[in-house]
Amino acid sequence: MATLAPIATAPVERLHDTWEARPGLYGILATVDHKTIGKRYLVTSLVFLVLGGIEALIMRAQLTHANAHLLSPGAYDQLFTMHGITMIFWYASPVLSGFSNYIWPLMLGSRDMAYPRVNALSYWTFLASGIFIYTALCIGQAPNAGWFAYAPMTLRTFDPGLNMDFYALGLIFLTVSTTVGAINFIGTVMKMRAPGMSLNRLPIFVYGTMTASFAAVFSLPALTVAATYLYFERHFHMHFFDAAQGGSPLLWQHLFWMFGHPWVYIIVLPAMGMVSEMVPTFCRRPLVAYPYVALSTIATGIIGFGVWVHHMFATGLPGVSMSFFSGASIIIAIPSAIAVFAWIATMWLGTPVWKTPMMFVAGFVVLFVIGGVSGVVTAAVPFDWQVTDTYFVVAHIHYVLIGINVFPVVAAFYYWMPKITGRMMSETLGKWNFWTMFIGFNLGFFPMHISGLLGMPRRVYTYPASAGWGSVNLITTIGSAIFAVGVLLFVINIFVSLRRGAYAGSNPWDAGTLEWAMESPPPPYNFAVIPIIRSRLPLWEDQLGDATPGLIPGEGHSHVSEGVVLAEGRETFGTSPLEAHPLHVLHMPEDSMFPFLLAVAMLGTAYGLVFSLWWLAILGGVGMLACLIGWLWPRHLVTGERA
Amino acid sequence: MPRLSRRLAPSAVALGSCALAGCTPLNVLAHDGVTGSRETGLGWFLVIVSCAVVCIITILVLAAYVRSRKRRTRDDAVFAGRSGVPWVMWGGVVIPGIVLLVTFIFTIGTLDAVAAPTRAPAATVKVIGHQWWWEVRYEGTGPSQTVVTANEIHVPVGQPVRLELTTSDVIHSFWVPALAGKTDIIPGQTNTTWIEARHTGVFGGTCGEYCGAQHAHMQMRVIADSPGDFQKWLADEAAPAAKPADPTAADGLRVFMTSGCANCHTIRGTGSGGGVGPDLTHIASRTTIAAGALPNTQANLMGWIVAAQSIKPGSDMPSLPLPSRDLQSLAAYLETLR
Repeated sequence: MATLAPIATAPVERLHDTWEARPGLYGILATVDHKTIGKRYLVTSLVFLVLGGIEALIMRAQLTHANAHLLSPGAYDQLFTMHGITMIFWYASPVLSGFSNYIWPLMLGSRDMAYPRVNALSYWTFLASGIFIYTALCIGQAPNAGWFAYAPMTLRTFDPGLNMDFYALGLIFLTVSTTVGAINFIGTVMKMRAPGMSLNRLPIFVYGTMTASFAAVFSLPALTVAATYLYFERHFHMHFFDAAQGGSPLLWQHLFWMFGHPWVYIIVLPAMGMVSEMVPTFCRRPLVAYPYVALSTIATGIIGFGVWVHHMFATGLPGVSMSFFSGASIIIAIPSAIAVFAWIATMWLGTPVWKTPMMFVAGFVVLFVIGGVSGVVTAAVPFDWQVTDTYFVVAHIHYVLIGINVFPVVAAFYYWMPKITGRMMSETLGKWNFWTMFIGFNLGFFPMHISGLLGMPRRVYTYPASAGWGSVNLITTIGSAIFAVGVLLFVINIFVSLRRGAYAGSNPWDAGTLEWAMESPPPPYNFAVIPIIRSRLPLWEDQLGDATPGLIPGEGHSHVSEGVVLAEGRETFGTSPLEAHPLHVLHMPEDSMFPFLLAVAMLGTAYGLVFSLWWLAILGGVGMLACLIGWLWPRHLVTGERA
Repeated sequence: MPRLSRRLAPSAVALGSCALAGCTPLNVLAHDGVTGSRETGLGWFLVIVSCAVVCIITILVLAAYVRSRKRRTRDDAVFAGRSGVPWVMWGGVVIPGIVLLVTFIFTIGTLDAVAAPTRAPAATVKVIGHQWWWEVRYEGTGPSQTVVTANEIHVPVGQPVRLELTTSDVIHSFWVPALAGKTDIIPGQTNTTWIEARHTGVFGGTCGEYCGAQHAHMQMRVIADSPGDFQKWLADEAAPAAKPADPTAADGLRVFMTSGCANCHTIRGTGSGGGVGPDLTHIASRTTIAAGALPNTQANLMGWIVAAQSIKPGSDMPSLPLPSRDLQSLAAYLETLR
């Protein structure tokens, strides 16, 4: 058993001074603290969630009954495109980056991410690209060809405004953020774990974000290339997609979905990982079949690269290739089934405590399965020809993205907010929150399966009364309004908790992972001493003894409160990728203005390119170069010391 | 009657009272065609299996909740518990593996069955997608036997018909749910598909791929006639437009030729040759106008001519402010084009 050394022996004050950001504007703009960046990610992505939600509600108002005239077709097209790209690009992935950013170093026993300044750059470019894309909406020229943006409708012949220029440049801009963020996560998981936290002791959440990060690094180039081609074709008369000039409209579809389908797993695997953290905590036992869940996470990430053509079954491809992609799309259900039964078995073989996060998690399991089986339905090629591009697929995508992303995210807010703010969220309001969201969601989105089977196409701004879709759409609108009330209750609960929530203490849920070891909110340096890890659930070793998973008999127990201090500047351990042997003492970078300035310069370049203000684009480019030079300018640092 | 109830029963059972095939013309599960029924058969299998899976999982989650309520007396101490791996092996690998294998075999079998008709097609129809209407061409042996119409495809019942799909602008998707699933229409390539209606009747269809502002108003109809009626229709359509029989109609033709209509539309036999909008040679024989946006009545025709941009904003059809006398003559003339 770990003996608790008095914390006072660690030079807490010195650590505090070393790691805390400077007060004032400089500190705000220059900080590289992963916790600050994580909080910013969470808040910003919630703002985008609300924006995307408002866009959806306006569309639902238009579709409530047949032949409505609230919106012009052009306005409707901008709204459904903005809703799609906002939710998919500026909410779903960044909110998970927020949690990973905040939680990872705490969970891994590190004092920061591997590349703290890159981390800051990742956030600032995310924010700047979001401002950029919403500029388009403010000037009434938002992207309007769908989030999938099929050529040739995106070309100037059919879409002469700035709309799709904003789309192309906004996505290129955002991929900078996502790519550097993913590289940072990969570097962190490989090098920044506490000594002893070998791969078989990693939390599943870490597996989830790690797999998603690898998938992002390999899939995002396809999107960047496609968006760059689009911009070049629109501005410089190149012909990548124009069939009349020898281009291929299907080239866009292949590039887009080669990115697009892995992206689905990028925005669900970390969320499923968060569920795999919450289920054991609230079921009071370790996760069932941990190695299977970890491996199925990775398997999903890999198979996810072999299914993109199931978005293109109606494009006239040969039967053999459709059979292959149909098979892959069906097989990918197996790793998901493994995870589902691991969660259900943990509930059955544990004693669940039904706090709000657990309610959301249980609801998530049901929604996940509905979204999963409707995915198998669309993998069956001949039936997909019927349901593709109908509301059936709208139902499917929302069961996947709301069911597997939003529900776990809300659960994760209830679960980790006490760590982040030091205060609990209200359980009473939480239960109301859960039931309004769960009932509203199913009332709103389940009928979309039916309107799809009744033949309602996606992306229609209105429909005739004779089509017979009126009552289904009315129910959908009512459900989505109830769901919106649920989201509002959630936001209210956050604000109530910030002002009046009960104090959480270090470990309010009596959870087993490392992020609950320090006080809440965590100090700037995370750990006064670098912990030494001997099991998968270091904080449950007292209760589980030798039955703690990952514990090797005779190797001793984890040390959380005593260990190596490392207080000569910003220091933490660099460890080996597999076994997490300490290899180096890493000197972490100081705060820096360059990530912020670089993002500002990129924003200037993007505005220059979209408005064809070439002087501004060049000025931004020069600014970017100057920032990179400043960033990389050598400093006097001693690195790579042997520990 | 039994045949009708067999067609209506599944959708009625599944989708409730408002979902009868009769009041939802695009219902995916109310099939009639040879490929449509294959696809729907696979669809029912998938829907039933999916519902069963969702029910089982929901029951397992609810039961976990109920069990934990009953055992609420003990404290919240952590315990190691059983490994639980058999749950994952059976529930996560073996059982879903079998179900998914059956699904895959069923899928491949259906894919093979609908790939091509068993007999030679009775006709080939060229369908050209436009923003936002459908051009339909039956190429005969010579120009006098070529039929050009819009938004309505006549086919002989009980015989496979081959469709050659091209587009004049962006991507569209050909979809007549009762007869066949979607086939995308992509610039630079000709996709083909086939349909075969089992019964005479009218089958609704619509564009299945977002194609711009008026994607919502791009419907078409497939009308399955008896082979005799089909041949008669084809012969009627191949003929040039009837000469105006009365002074009002003659005045209407004058309006058509002088008000700009002829720049975009063709009425064969009048000297007009516009190719932007639908061929109007036999417009009165069609059931709708503006790609399904309105029923084809004289009042709707007049409304469409003067206010096309408020009915279908963004379409190539301008709102023409014709004097009311001219408008009435024009509509009266168009009504004679059977």
